[in-house]
Amino acid sequence: MTSIRLTQDVRAAGNASRARTSGAPGRRGIGRAALALILPFFVLFTLVTILPIVYSLYLSLFREKQNGLYGAGGTTQVFVGLANFVQVLSDPQYVNGYLNIVVYVLIYVPVLMVGAMAVALFLDSAVARLKRTLQFSLFVPHLVPGIVASLLWLYLYIPQISPFAKALRSVGVEGNILTPGGVFPSIANIGIWAGLGYNMVIFYAALQAIPRELIEAARIDGAGGFRVAISVKVPLIRGSVGLAMLFSAVGALQVFTEPLILHQYSPGLVSSGWSPNLYAYTQAFGGGHNYPLAACASLVLAVFSALLSFLVTRFAKPWSSR
Amino acid sequence: MSANIASADTTLRRRRFPTTGRTRRFSFSAIPVNVILFLAAAYTFIPLLWMLFAGLENASAISQGDVFSFAHFRVAGNFADLFGQDNGIYARWYANSILYAGLGAVVCALVCLAAGYAFDKYDFRGKETLFGLVLIGVLVPAAATTLPLYLLASKVGLANTYLAVFIPSLVNPFGVYLARVFSASYIPDEVIEAARMDGASELQIFRRVGLRLLSPGFATIMLFQFSAIWNGFLLPLVMLTDNRLFPVSLGLYTWNTQATVQNPSLVNVVMIGSLLAIVPLVIAFVSLQRFWKAGLTAGSVK
Repeated sequence: MTSIRLTQDVRAAGNASRARTSGAPGRRGIGRAALALILPFFVLFTLVTILPIVYSLYLSLFREKQNGLYGAGGTTQVFVGLANFVQVLSDPQYVNGYLNIVVYVLIYVPVLMVGAMAVALFLDSAVARLKRTLQFSLFVPHLVPGIVASLLWLYLYIPQISPFAKALRSVGVEGNILTPGGVFPSIANIGIWAGLGYNMVIFYAALQAIPRELIEAARIDGAGGFRVAISVKVPLIRGSVGLAMLFSAVGALQVFTEPLILHQYSPGLVSSGWSPNLYAYTQAFGGGHNYPLAACASLVLAVFSALLSFLVTRFAKPWSSR
Repeated sequence: MSANIASADTTLRRRRFPTTGRTRRFSFSAIPVNVILFLAAAYTFIPLLWMLFAGLENASAISQGDVFSFAHFRVAGNFADLFGQDNGIYARWYANSILYAGLGAVVCALVCLAAGYAFDKYDFRGKETLFGLVLIGVLVPAAATTLPLYLLASKVGLANTYLAVFIPSLVNPFGVYLARVFSASYIPDEVIEAARMDGASELQIFRRVGLRLLSPGFATIMLFQFSAIWNGFLLPLVMLTDNRLFPVSLGLYTWNTQATVQNPSLVNVVMIGSLLAIVPLVIAFVSLQRFWKAGLTAGSVK
């Protein structure tokens, strides 16, 4: 299930063909064909991922210095070593962005996983009706562009507009989620709304792949529907759950659109540096055009994200059998 | 077959260990299960329904929180506004999205399949090192490299061009990984060997045999990439300033930021525009269901 494990699986699968091709005649033709087939990807990958990172690293080592009065003499690039990194990492707003993400992940990931799993298990149970319609209805939010989902939910949050606030008002309750205490739930809710059906489909597909004999056997041993779900089905699909958790957590680290929209609605509620990604964007486009600082903020985030996925895949290894 | 054997086995064992009483007690019962499922579906569906009605009604329906009262319909007017706003630029955004996502997804899927096929079927020097690089690419999320990409693009003068959004959309390391898995399970080595015996060159084998057998994988990768590009926002947001190059997602966002007290009906326009923007994805996902489900399971279950 982890990418490291996956490599091994793929390697094992490819072993047979490797043994054959290496001994085949026309070895040169094969080498040339392999090169021709992987080249397009690696040229693009270099252009789009490696070069930007290298260039940003280079850029992050310099600072713009203005010459003359108010920069009238133009600007010059001054080598400053790691000073930009020091500045970013000692900026309370940037560090606070990571703390926000930690709290956000602790709300978003468990609710999303438990919710998607519960819905998948209920759908997988014999008594569920209208399975196809329900699956479709749950999945559609995944097809809504993230920016549209954020705008839509903002309207559903604003008390004067929200139909939910109106329903609450009709029973005498004044509800408003756009308060300091409601920021995390309101941002997490947008992600959960968009991701629930997507993860449900993954879990449901995995549940459907469980051999029916295993479930049958557990039933014969006296386990009821609930017990079968918790003790048999969930452990059997933990590989899928682990991967879904990893993708959700790494996705959460990148959160950008939701805080951007809430920031534009109320800058006092959600700051322009609420998440690391939003911080980097604000540094680059928020008027200051501080590209070196934006580059640093992005690079640190990229390293953290890669490190997180790597650690999770390593950590996840022992308990993932599928 | 195996199901029959299992159920036969069941009857035998049930006779020996009667457990019916205990089974009943812990079972899911129909009403709560269906009520919970219905509530979950309502949670996902009510916002979409709100979007639909907000898109078909007038501005006061939204500002008064009255969207679900069905008293403010303005269907033709909203459509006219949508396609008339800013000299009908919405249609252009839509065409841009189709270009970015349609062409981008097809090229990306071909690039991924070629690389995945080569990783699976050939042995060459540095292969596992290169594949390790692909996996690192999977681990580093695109969002974290978007800003660096902009910095590079603006340095070489490519910022604010079609290519600035199109080229990055062609890269999907996870697609290469998926393609390698698909190639290992869909293309038997014997078929390639047979084609070699017939005198086909390696690239001919890939084109005529490999790609044909990989067509379900092509559909899967293409569909995922199509939805990723179509829904993409951060990349066009940082790359583009000329609104004639915008995709739908970015265009709707800029309209929404312009919606003010003077022009509140722009919100209705944004909503109907959003709804139209979802349609191609819904059609694609519904008609190609088995392919994206195959992709999900290849990525997680296997």
